[in-house]
Amino acid sequence: MRSKFGSPVLDASARLLAPFMWLFAAYVLVHGHDSPGGGFQAGVILAASIIMLRLVRGEASPPGLTSRGALTFACAGPLLYGGIGIVSVLSGGNFLDYGELPLPMDPVQIRVLGTLGIETGVMIGVTGVLVLIFDVLAPWDDGTV
Amino acid sequence: MIGRLTGLLLVPAFVVLLQAAAELPAVGDGDSPAFTHVAPYYLEHAHEETGAANFVTAVLADYRGYDTFGELTVIFTAGIACLLILGTRDEPPAPRDEDAA
Repeated sequence: MRSKFGSPVLDASARLLAPFMWLFAAYVLVHGHDSPGGGFQAGVILAASIIMLRLVRGEASPPGLTSRGALTFACAGPLLYGGIGIVSVLSGGNFLDYGELPLPMDPVQIRVLGTLGIETGVMIGVTGVLVLIFDVLAPWDDGTV
Repeated sequence: MIGRLTGLLLVPAFVVLLQAAAELPAVGDGDSPAFTHVAPYYLEHAHEETGAANFVTAVLADYRGYDTFGELTVIFTAGIACLLILGTRDEPPAPRDEDAA
């Protein structure tokens, strides 16, 4: 199924939409600290743009994510989140106690950065999982993922 | 028979639930248990402790970061389960003839 079915109109629309979706995902991620939003929502927006490119332009669209890349993303997200927690343990704090991260800054600033770090992990993980689920539901014509 | 019995049992259960609902604290009641435990601490200290202007973020990502880690793990598990159940091999298995040769 995963062959492109886009017409020139769909192709042009998708090309126009995708950068703004990435920008909006980045905005939702970074601004999640001060307003509704955050890693889960940003990840969903990013995954939606990637799936849109897959549907319109086929697997070979250059800015897309391969299935293996999506699996890597899905694993890297929880690893980043847990890694930040482990680093804060190794620096003498509690698990996920961002204030103890070894950064040369004010503790409150470090907490803000730590929150952004874990939200980035959430975004990467959610993006990878959603694209992965799409890929296993819509495999290649010959049955491979 | 079973259906009629279920209907008869539903009526007292519904009455009990209605009575329990009447005992619930009013929405926004400041004296209800939900607002008297850790919530005042979060409201008073979240900004200077975490630097977040949005207290929801402060609780979700900082005070309750372990919870959010669990949520991400749930999503990760869901993705891996989908891959294991629905996914197929990357490459078709090698033909048997090569084994014999």
